[in-house]
Amino acid sequence: MALSPSLDSEIRRPRPRPARGIGRWLRHNLFADRLSICLTLLIGALLLYCLPPLVDWAIVKAVFRSDSAACRLAAGEGACWGVVAEKYPAILLGRYPPGEQWRAVFASALLLAAIVATCRWINAGKILIFGGLTAIFGAFALLRGGWAGLTVVDSSLWGGLPLTLLLAIVTVLGACPLAVLLALGRRSQLPVIRRACGGFIELVRAVPLVSVLLLVAFLLPLFLPAGSSIDVLWRVMIGLVLFAAAYLAEVLRGGLQSIPRGHLEAAAALGLSYWQTQIHVVLPQAIRATLPALMNNFISVIKETSLVTVVSLFELTGALNLALIGDVEWREFYVEAYLFVAAIYWLLCFSLSRYSQRLALRLRTDRSF
Amino acid sequence: MTTPIIQFKALNKWFDDYQVLRNIDLDIAAGERVVICGPSGSGKSTLIRCINGLEAYDEGELVVAGITVRPQEKVLEQVRARVGMVFQQFNLFPHLSVLDNLTLALRLVRKMPQGEAESLALGQLERVRIAEQANKYPLQLSGGQQQRVAIARALCLAPDILLFDEPTSALDPEMVKEVLDVMVELAGRGVTMLCVTHEMGFARAVADRVIFMDQGQIVEQGSPLRIFSAPENPRTQSFLAQILAH
Ligand SMILES: Nc1ncnc2c1ncn2[C@@H]1O[C@H](COP(=O)(O)OP(=O)(O)OP(=O)(O)O)[C@@H](O)[C@H]1O
Ligand SMILES: [Mg+2]
Repeated sequence: MALSPSLDSEIRRPRPRPARGIGRWLRHNLFADRLSICLTLLIGALLLYCLPPLVDWAIVKAVFRSDSAACRLAAGEGACWGVVAEKYPAILLGRYPPGEQWRAVFASALLLAAIVATCRWINAGKILIFGGLTAIFGAFALLRGGWAGLTVVDSSLWGGLPLTLLLAIVTVLGACPLAVLLALGRRSQLPVIRRACGGFIELVRAVPLVSVLLLVAFLLPLFLPAGSSIDVLWRVMIGLVLFAAAYLAEVLRGGLQSIPRGHLEAAAALGLSYWQTQIHVVLPQAIRATLPALMNNFISVIKETSLVTVVSLFELTGALNLALIGDVEWREFYVEAYLFVAAIYWLLCFSLSRYSQRLALRLRTDRSF
Repeated sequence: MTTPIIQFKALNKWFDDYQVLRNIDLDIAAGERVVICGPSGSGKSTLIRCINGLEAYDEGELVVAGITVRPQEKVLEQVRARVGMVFQQFNLFPHLSVLDNLTLALRLVRKMPQGEAESLALGQLERVRIAEQANKYPLQLSGGQQQRVAIARALCLAPDILLFDEPTSALDPEMVKEVLDVMVELAGRGVTMLCVTHEMGFARAVADRVIFMDQGQIVEQGSPLRIFSAPENPRTQSFLAQILAH
């Protein structure tokens, strides 16, 4: 039976839409079968049991004013958000000199804007790189001062959110290219390069970050020529970059291995050089293939920056400790303060994780339209 | 007689201790269309991959378009500028659109401006009758369409020599024809073609010469008419009997 093309197109009809409605949604998502009914009821009961006391503690009986006496009265029954109201400048900005704190605020805004813009216009290429680097150097210059009448603020006084953002961004930016080189090096034809890259990766992965940080902070200066002092901040950044690069390189290696040999041969047959092949054929595919894992690592980096406290750099968690430890009036309410800091981390990491999901969807090139 | 565009001179190649190519002597004239066939593992792919340096040889000499092929970057660059290749598995780059697959080498290797590269690429897509798919991604196309894109990609660089390694073997039967049609059309245009294939109809229609390989050697060669109707070598005979039995 042969259908003419015109007849064929008349037979086509739009894809039927699934029925909607809240009842349908509930049945579909919560009460689909016996197991999900049980789970729904169980979780519902748990929520009923836990939620009211939690709301009671966090909102109803909570103290929001910066009033430590009231907090003490409510202790055990209501949260003391007053500690956040009282201490947020110290938590967010650390020991940055009080009169100059607007600079730290601006620097944070610049860094956040750089992150958001990068995510928003990931395809913008050169403009993005230029804008991003400008924002980062701008943040550095603002924090550091020493120009246009701004007093110099030593990097040991930087802290809180701007420091966390700075460390995270610099680590990711520095680690990515290094990780690419390490991952490619590990697959190099030249045994020397292959061994060196492999050895470095294995070495770094075998030690905890804390020891890397202590190493760069206290041991590295002993090997540097006397008198040449690199800021501890710089040394810590180098340590973080090296550490993150080793992990990223391992992730990327998985992506590199997933690329069929035929693609390399096709690129070679077209006359592409080694680097052209890596940059235009291999890496874009490897990065796509490992995007979720890469993002996972970036999120780890954000959280790992909290370890720099061990070498007396007071990023968010460090600044929090610093703000509370010497203050008898407020220090018993550290749980609430920690929840505040945790919320900031959560906001950063959760947004990134959502973004990575969207990006992965957008980069898919195997969907059929 | 003009010098051949491809000359194999007593060429030998080993994979570790296994000799894949044994004493290959072969001249191919410019514009000649050659079909290579033979049993699996006989070294057909290895033979044509030597021509654009995807495989290095150990002994003898191979001259392509006046250049002695050697595993050196500069030499390979020159050779590959003259030789295009189409693979069994298409090997399109899945993260690039069809158009970008075609323009990549034009932009990077030939340093052609984007606009010029795109109009050239669209012309080649037209030629393989697939221009309307230019902005799709390879994995959104059927196998036959992908292979035609791969042919267009090779054509973009205007090669003097085109190598095909079993271009229709990975295709569903109903798509073989659309690819062969494109190849037949190409054959009428004077480009030197070397094609590893078991498509006997194609060989009959376009080949000037059929080469039969077995165990790393060229066992027999001649016009398709002679090879298919009166093969002399017993190995050719049994191989053809098998192929034709399908
Ligand atoms: N990279 C390699 N390393 C080691 N041995 C190889 C390699 N590539 C091919 N061989 C071997 O060399 C021989 C010839 O391989 P080749 O791919 O040239 O055969 P072919 O004639 O193209 O076969 P087919 O019809 O299956 O594609 C085979 O025995 C194969 O196993
Ligand atoms: Mg083969």
